[in-house]
Amino acid sequence: MSSNSGNSDGFSRRHILSGLAAAPALGLLGRPAWAQASVNTTGLAVTDTEVTVGILHSVTGTMAISETGSVEAEKLAIDQINAQGGVLGRKIKFIQEDGASDWPTFAEKAKKLLVNDKCAAVFGCWTSASRKAVLPVFEQYNGMLYYPTFYEGLEQSKNVIYTGQEATQQIIAGLNWVAKEKGAKTFYLLGSDYIWPRTSNKIARKHIENVLKTKVVGEEYFPLGHTQFNSVINKIKLTKPDVIYAIIVGGSNVAFYKQLKAAGIDLSKQTLLTISVTEDEIDGIGGENIAGAYACMKYFQSLDNPNNKAFVSAFHKMWGDKTVIGDVTQAAYLGPWLWKLTVEKAGSFDIDKVAAASPGVEFKGAPEGYVRIHENHHLWSKTRVGRARTDGQYDVIYETADLVEPDPFPKGYQ
Amino acid sequence: MKDINDARENPFFRRQELIGLLIFAALILVVFPAFLDTFRLNLVGKYLTYAFVTVGLVICWGYGGILSLGQGIFFGLGGYCMAMFLKLEASSVANTKIQSTPGIPDFMDWNQLTALPWFWKPFHSLPASVIAVIVVPTAFAFVIGAAMFKRRVGGVYFAIITQAVALILSILIVGQQGYTGGINGITDLRTLLGWDIRTDHAKFILYFVNCLLLLGAILLTQYVTKSKLGRILVAMREKEDRVRFSGYSVADFKIFAFCFAAALSAVGGAMFTLQVGFMSPSFVGITPSIEMVIYTAVGGRMSILGSVYGALIVNFAKTTLSESFPELWLFGLGALFIAVVLVIPDGLAGMLSHYIAPYLGKLKPASDAVNGKSPLNQTPAE
Repeated sequence: MSSNSGNSDGFSRRHILSGLAAAPALGLLGRPAWAQASVNTTGLAVTDTEVTVGILHSVTGTMAISETGSVEAEKLAIDQINAQGGVLGRKIKFIQEDGASDWPTFAEKAKKLLVNDKCAAVFGCWTSASRKAVLPVFEQYNGMLYYPTFYEGLEQSKNVIYTGQEATQQIIAGLNWVAKEKGAKTFYLLGSDYIWPRTSNKIARKHIENVLKTKVVGEEYFPLGHTQFNSVINKIKLTKPDVIYAIIVGGSNVAFYKQLKAAGIDLSKQTLLTISVTEDEIDGIGGENIAGAYACMKYFQSLDNPNNKAFVSAFHKMWGDKTVIGDVTQAAYLGPWLWKLTVEKAGSFDIDKVAAASPGVEFKGAPEGYVRIHENHHLWSKTRVGRARTDGQYDVIYETADLVEPDPFPKGYQ
Repeated sequence: MKDINDARENPFFRRQELIGLLIFAALILVVFPAFLDTFRLNLVGKYLTYAFVTVGLVICWGYGGILSLGQGIFFGLGGYCMAMFLKLEASSVANTKIQSTPGIPDFMDWNQLTALPWFWKPFHSLPASVIAVIVVPTAFAFVIGAAMFKRRVGGVYFAIITQAVALILSILIVGQQGYTGGINGITDLRTLLGWDIRTDHAKFILYFVNCLLLLGAILLTQYVTKSKLGRILVAMREKEDRVRFSGYSVADFKIFAFCFAAALSAVGGAMFTLQVGFMSPSFVGITPSIEMVIYTAVGGRMSILGSVYGALIVNFAKTTLSESFPELWLFGLGALFIAVVLVIPDGLAGMLSHYIAPYLGKLKPASDAVNGKSPLNQTPAE
C-alpha cells in the first residue's frame, strides 16, 4: 500500500543515515543485520531501520482514566527496547490512535492501523467490549494484538496474546486462599453488570459450591456507573457473609466503598475480596475508604523484586512520581517486550511466524516476575493477594508457589 | 406564510436543487470510489449511514419543528434487527460447536441461556428481518409519537422524553446481555446468505447499495417537502394553533414526520451493521442521538443535501482530527460545533444561501435569485 512504498522511496536518505548510526550498536550486540525481505514477507511496515507498531487505547471518554496507564507503560517499554537497539536491529516507531471509549471507533482505528499503516503489532484495548469489537478485524486482516487486561476468558485467537490473567487464574487461587486463611464458609457475590463480572462470578460460584463445598448467600449486579449501593449493603448486613466478593468496576467503586464505610462495615473485620480494584482505582476511591480490603491479581506496585523496582523507578522517571501502577499497567508493559522476544525467536516480523513462535516465549525481566506464553496465547503467571493500605498501596501477603496455568475454557466451570 | 411558493413555483426540483443533487450523486458514486482506497471508502460508507438519520431529521426537525434527541433509538433498532439476522447466520451449529449449547449466539451461551429466545426466532429469515428493520422502529416511533403528540406534548418536553427513551433503551440492552449481547453489542458478523460481508469486494458493493438507498431516501424526502404535506409541516412549525383551527389534525402530521424520520434512521442503522460488521448499544444512547442532531445542525436543518454534507464533514473531521491529535481532538471538534452555532446558525447550507447564492444570483437570470428565497432557506422560528 501507499505508506509502504512511500517509506522505501521517500525516506531512503534517512535509512542510510540512521542505518549508519545503528551499525555500531548492532556490532556490539553481535546480531546480524537482517535483510528486510527475509524478516518481512507479508508487506508489514518494516524497513531496514524501523518497524511500525500501533497503540490503540482510549485517551478520551470514560475509559481514558483507566487506559492512560496502559499507554504510558507501552510507551515506556518501547523506549527501553529502542534504547537497547530495537527489535531485530530496527527501532520501534509507534502510531497512536484513540479508541475514544467507543467500541465501533476501536474497530475503525484497528482497521486503519492494520490496513493503512501495516502495523507489525498493535498494543491495545482495555474493556472486553473493545476487544470483541476489534477481534474480527485482527482475524480478517491478520494482525497481532497484545491485550493487557484481566478478563473473562472464553476466548482464544491466533491473532491475540493475552498479557493479563484470564478469569480462572485470578479467581481460584484467591478463593482457595480466603477459604484456608479466613475459614470462609459464606460468600456474597457482587458485580457490575456486564460479561466480565458475570462470567467471573459464575466461575467463583462453581468453585465455592463444587470445590470448596461452601455457600453463596447472595449474588447481585449493578449497571455500569451505578452509585446507590445502600440496599445491597443492608442485605449484606442481614446475611452477614464471611466474605464479600466484589467485582465492581470503574467509577461505581468510589460510591460502593464510601457507602460501605459510611454504613459501618469495617473492612478490618469484614473480609472483602475484590479482583477489580487496582492501585489506579484506589486513586479515585481514596485509600482510607478501602484500607483492609483484599485484592487478588497478579501484580501490585509494591512487589519486592529487582525487576519491579527498576520498572517502578523508570516509570516514575518518565511519567512523574505521582503516577500509580496497577495490574493492567504492568501487563501492558509486558506487551512490547513479549513481542520483541517473540519476533527475535521467530527471526521474522511475519504475523503467522510470530503467532507460531509465541508459545513458550519466556520473559524473565517482567516486573511481576517470570512469565511464559502458553499454547493458548495466555500467560503463565503467579497470582497474589494484597491487602489495601491507607496510602493507596497494597501489602502483598500471599503468592502462589507456582505459575498458574491459564485455562480460558475451564471444564466444569461453565 | 408569504414565502411559501404556490405550486407553479414549486416544481419537484428547482434548477439549483437538481444541480446540487447531481453533483452529490457524482461525488459519492464516481469521485469517492475512484480516489479513495477501500478503507477510506468504507469509512465514507459508514458516514453515509448517518446521513439517513440527518435526512429524516430535516423532515422531523427542520420542517416539522419536532426536535428529537432520540434518533439513535431508531438507528439502533434498525441496526440490531439486521445484526440479529447476521448473528444467527454466523452462529450455525458448525461454527459454535465449542459452546455448551451449539447453534445459539456466543453471548447467549456465556450467559447460560440454553435455547434461542422467542423474539430471536423470526430473525432466521432474511425477508422477516428486512421487514423488521423498517417495521419495528417505525412502530416504536408511532407508539412514542401517538402517546406524546395526542396529548399535545411538544417542544422541549418532547426532546427530553426522546432522550429519556434513548437512555432507557440503552440501559435495557446493556442490562439484558443474555438476550442482546449487553455492552459488547452483537459482534463478529460474517455472512449474508452465505456471502462474506467482510471482504473488500463486499464492502465495495455494500457501499454502492448504501449510496443508492440514500439517494432514494433523498428523493423520497424531497417529494415530501414539495408535497402539500411538507407545507403543512412548515405551517405547523410556524403556527401550530392556526393549522389546528384550520381543521388539520396536527398530532397525526407530527406522528407522520416522526415515524418517517424513524424509518429512514432504521435503514441507516441496518446499512451501518452491514458495513461495519457489528452493532452496539453505544449507538442507541444519548450521545449518538445528540451527535446526529449536530450533524444536521452543521449541515443545515432545512436542507436535505446540506444535512448529508453535515454528516460527512463532521465525521470526516472526527476521523482526521482523532488520527492526527489523539489526545486533543475532542477539543477541536467541540470548537468546530461552537463555531458553527455562533457563526452560521443555519448550517453550511444556510451559509451557502445567505452569503454565496446572492452573488451567484447576480450572474444568473433573475428568476433563480427569486427562488433563492424559498422556504428552504428560512430559519425556523424557535
